[in-house]
Amino acid sequence: MDAAVFLISAAIVLAGAGGVLVARSPVHAALFLVQTLFGVSVLFVLQDATFLAAIQVIVYAGAVVILFLFVIMLLGVDRFEDLGVEPIVGQRPVAALIGASLLGMLLIALLVSVDEPTGAHGANAALGDAADNTRRLGEALFTDYVFAVELTAILLTIAVIGAVVLARKVRGPLAPLPVVVVASATIEDPEAGDGPTDTTDGHAAGEDT
Amino acid sequence: MVVTTSWYLALAAVLFSMGAVGLLTRRNPLIMIMCVELMLNAVNLTFVSLGAELGDLGGQLSVFFVLVVAASEVVVGLAVVVAIMRRRQGATVDDLSVLRG
Repeated sequence: MDAAVFLISAAIVLAGAGGVLVARSPVHAALFLVQTLFGVSVLFVLQDATFLAAIQVIVYAGAVVILFLFVIMLLGVDRFEDLGVEPIVGQRPVAALIGASLLGMLLIALLVSVDEPTGAHGANAALGDAADNTRRLGEALFTDYVFAVELTAILLTIAVIGAVVLARKVRGPLAPLPVVVVASATIEDPEAGDGPTDTTDGHAAGEDT
Repeated sequence: MVVTTSWYLALAAVLFSMGAVGLLTRRNPLIMIMCVELMLNAVNLTFVSLGAELGDLGGQLSVFFVLVVAASEVVVGLAVVVAIMRRRQGATVDDLSVLRG
């Protein structure tokens, strides 16, 4: 039973990941991502991590992917890409090689680690069964890890403020991104480069004396 | 057939590698962020599997914090993408070489 559930959800996860890799449209990629996230959620249930399975569906599939789709629709970038051309010559073979070697190294590291588990069993908090999972997680989060939870609150606040600052409408006309090489602009005016260097040198000398 | 922890870890390794390959090959910034999410999910799966193997709640606690960090990362990353795409429609990450100082 467990093996059947694992194999089916593993197939779903890998098919979704493959879909993200080869989808020509960002919308399709986002939907394939939902498929992968649901598969991972089933694997969490299979390992009695019921709270995380629910959070996986609510936060990832419910919030993160919706945010992706929102941005895609808002920007109007939901057109099909041409994946036939390689942007950099030889990029894909090299990427496949790097991916294959990464996979080999990860498999060796992870599978060896299971044969000889080094950690102490139940060192932090004992893992309950599925029915007890949420209560135990909540107790651990709001007693032992309460400072970390507060830090995540600060992190989320900073992320929201950063997103608002980055995505706000700028007043006045937007200048297009420059396409000229930036290095040539600095070579044209050598005096501009000397000025700040002199002041910093004088500043440092003034501080020394 | 008994599902051992090694099965989950092998699946997580494959998922992580697929995310890494996608990050290296795709040029659409949105899909690159999705590939980062794939890699984060692989790591989450590893955390939960090893936590179950060791009978420890710490793995699931780590996944909780990884989820928070992933959510903030997506929010800020998408805001950056929106800011860039407003200036140049259909920009790929290769176009962002103009950002070099």
